[in-house]
Amino acid sequence: MLTQIVTFLIFFAVIGCILYGRRLIRTEKVDAVFGNPERARGGTHWVIVGSSFLLLIWLYYSWDIAKGFYPKSANELCQVAKVNDSLLGLKYQFPIEEREFKSTSQIKKENKNLQQILEEIQGSNELNAQQKTDLSNFIGKTNQLIPLLTNEDLLEIETKQKINDITGKINLLTENFQKPNYPFETEQEYNERKKAVDEEGGWGIVKVSAGTGSIENTIEVPLIPATKRGLKFDAAAQELNLISDEFFKLRNHNPQFKLKIKELKNEIKSYRKELDSEDLASTYAKNIVKIARRIEFASIYPPNALDKMQDAIIKFDNAQKVAQGGLRLIDIFLFPAGTIVASGPSCSEQGSGRWLPKPSDTFNKFALMLKPSVGYKDIPLLWIDMVDVSKMIGFILPDWIADILPGEYPVHTKDGIVKQNFKGYVLKIVTGDFELFKVPVPYGHIWDSFMRVFLGLVFGIIIGVPLGLFMGLNRFAKGFFDPLIELYRPVPPLAWAPLIISVLGIDNTGKVFLLFMVSLSIMIISARAGASGTQLSKIHAAHSLGASKKQILRYVIFPNSLPEILTGIRVAVGMCWGTLVAAEFLAGTTGIGFVENVAKKYFQYEVIWITIFIMGMLGLLFDVTLRKIIDKTIPWRGKG
Amino acid sequence: MSDLVSQNLNMIFKTPKGETVHALKDLNFTLKKGELLTVLGPSGCGKTTLLNITAGFIKPTSGNITLNNKEIDGPGVERGMVFQQGALFEWLTVAENVNFGLRMKNEDPIKTQKKVDEWLEIVGLKGFGNTPTYQLSGGMQQRVALARCLINDPDLILMDEPLGALDALTREKMQSLVLKIWKETGKTIILITHSVEEALLLGERLYVMAPRPGRIHKEYNLPFASMGLKEDLREIKKNKEFSEKREEILEMIWNMEEEIMGKDN
Ligand SMILES: Nc1ncnc2c1ncn2[C@@H]1O[C@H](COP(=O)(O)OP(=O)(O)OP(=O)(O)O)[C@@H](O)[C@H]1O
Ligand SMILES: [Mg+2]
Repeated sequence: MLTQIVTFLIFFAVIGCILYGRRLIRTEKVDAVFGNPERARGGTHWVIVGSSFLLLIWLYYSWDIAKGFYPKSANELCQVAKVNDSLLGLKYQFPIEEREFKSTSQIKKENKNLQQILEEIQGSNELNAQQKTDLSNFIGKTNQLIPLLTNEDLLEIETKQKINDITGKINLLTENFQKPNYPFETEQEYNERKKAVDEEGGWGIVKVSAGTGSIENTIEVPLIPATKRGLKFDAAAQELNLISDEFFKLRNHNPQFKLKIKELKNEIKSYRKELDSEDLASTYAKNIVKIARRIEFASIYPPNALDKMQDAIIKFDNAQKVAQGGLRLIDIFLFPAGTIVASGPSCSEQGSGRWLPKPSDTFNKFALMLKPSVGYKDIPLLWIDMVDVSKMIGFILPDWIADILPGEYPVHTKDGIVKQNFKGYVLKIVTGDFELFKVPVPYGHIWDSFMRVFLGLVFGIIIGVPLGLFMGLNRFAKGFFDPLIELYRPVPPLAWAPLIISVLGIDNTGKVFLLFMVSLSIMIISARAGASGTQLSKIHAAHSLGASKKQILRYVIFPNSLPEILTGIRVAVGMCWGTLVAAEFLAGTTGIGFVENVAKKYFQYEVIWITIFIMGMLGLLFDVTLRKIIDKTIPWRGKG
Repeated sequence: MSDLVSQNLNMIFKTPKGETVHALKDLNFTLKKGELLTVLGPSGCGKTTLLNITAGFIKPTSGNITLNNKEIDGPGVERGMVFQQGALFEWLTVAENVNFGLRMKNEDPIKTQKKVDEWLEIVGLKGFGNTPTYQLSGGMQQRVALARCLINDPDLILMDEPLGALDALTREKMQSLVLKIWKETGKTIILITHSVEEALLLGERLYVMAPRPGRIHKEYNLPFASMGLKEDLREIKKNKEFSEKREEILEMIWNMEEEIMGKDN
């Protein structure tokens, strides 16, 4: 339902926005556009067109349009796939979708094989003349088997009768299949089927209310026929399976053939007994008998014996195609990858198209994961926890404060009572062992990733900016620190990750330190460039206005470097974000990158897409916020 | 004695390549309190170098220069500087730029505010106090630079082509402003310019400098500045004596430039 509305909205939005955009373009002369700063303004309507196209393509290729408009189609196509599968074996016997009869191609193939062996034997240097004649003799006899099967006169009455039986069954099925109430389901059967259908659920993820938490893959296309049309195909497929089993059990073995093949087998058996099993002649004899066996079990019939059956199969095939009706169009137009029918009776979406899950499934799963009780791996994406302020105080204050106080910690007395003293109380405070009041603190995968980037960045700025300014102004600082930084900076940050993670642990410390390293070098370089780029005339002006060196640093060089520093922060955020996700891939138990890595292991493509989406949104949020800050704090940029 | 006295001032630059440039050679001059000196000369004759030494941004190779009998050693508030491009702090507003010097001295903000308003009115920027400087025109920026320098009440004002980047009309207005300020405050002013007309109009005294090595080539005492305090500047330009002087100096500089070109080629 929602997908339908969304699809229509998108459609109209695209058309409307294109029309609006065209009208705007017409009002502006092309020559007037270049060099006009207004030209890049606005364009929201094109944003809508672009993103709508993206969503439409996604909806289409992930079959979500099919799901929105024809929610039963996947289930019905699944039944069609079953029929196709059952029909496949029978159809292959005839030149229906092939060029020739299965018998013909089988005979051609075996003749070729025999010819090849014959040539090999004849040309062999290891076989003696006697062996050569013996083996050629076997080949001739094998060859003689084929006409025994294809001779119409030798075809037994019993076999003919059975073929007729099967043909009759197919014809009856076709006739029944075309009746509207086939397969004549009883009330009880109907109720049972409905119950099974309800238990199996619909196509895709429709139930958002998962009970206990973990997000697992579900069967996406239901197997049990849910509609009348589906049931028809399902029943026909079952009948066809029986019929084709019956046909493939049937053997065209007349007494002459049986006799001849028995003779041949015995001859070859006794011939091989006399030889060493390692002997080349023995191997050849074995291969010949193999071909004879293949001829025995290939359903080879006289050319016209199966004509009626072929007609019956073609008739049924046509009937089932007609019965598909609009389903065929849906299959062609709304299932561009066509994987459901192609996947056969298992009807899975697990195929080449699986990496692109349906937007509706993705959003449903996202809604599910957003619930704090579900989350991912028992940790919510983003939620709030009530934490006592005392815990934070305990975290911030170092424990040794209590240790350095005079006196001793309390010791329990004889009667097992512990009497607190001042030192003991202080210890309680610095370890957070008391109660104050609770404040809400966010936590979860998203918050963890965010905090890591934030902390890494903040430390990088706090240390990098002053150091960079110092290096921009002072020859000693530049000379001393430059080699230190240039030594670690060119190494890709991720190359440091395994080392840092093993030293500082897989939790936050290691990651924050890694991000600190990333942002530090960027902040140093940008602050340095800002400082050394200050025009001399400004410094001179400040000097002759009576500013001291400190004041020049504070009131001239620092604000003058701000544009560079802020641009540096923007670059650093991007770099940190990228590094963080990769670092979370490597190790850890929380964070967006961790979620994606686990989802990858279990082929949870929806979750992978959700993490991609979250990361994109967070990255965008960072950048837009920074852009706003930059516009606010340095409006003079580029205008000085 | 509150004079600017220069004795045997020499400035020799060493380029990183090891070449030496004799930017100033044996400069001797005395500037009395309240005089307005304009300096003319072909490009590269050491005008900016002279000003930088006077401001204390660079130290002379030899010789000395004193203001009020005190040797100049580093920049100081008693010598204010106005640069060609204003060198304003674009992250500050007009008022914050103007009171920059006072803020550095931690003066009382209320008193400062009054002074700023006064000076903005003098330079004709009343009501622009809260405007960010990057929104000002070139002429307005030079006015801010002037006010920023004057609010510190310096003994000596150094101006390095302060009106060089302005259009003719704005330039004329600014020339009047400089004359007006000179008259009202009685400051000693050194003004470097490329325009012969400007040098003649504003200069009570005028030095024409010659290059390689940089030295004072000719000195004039001019009446036009005091005339300009009363008369319209455009009227003075029509004066016959004015045009004679202009032609003479133009000829002089032209010859120098030609000499340099000849040397170079
Ligand atoms: N820092 C320096 N290092 C080396 N040479 C310098 C330096 N500063 C100036 N010079 C040289 O000293 C000479 C005088 O320079 P200066 O800037 O004083 O000229 P100017 O008269 O101000 O020229 P313009 O009218 O073009 O501004 C020039 O030849 C210049 O190349
Ligand atoms: Mg100069």
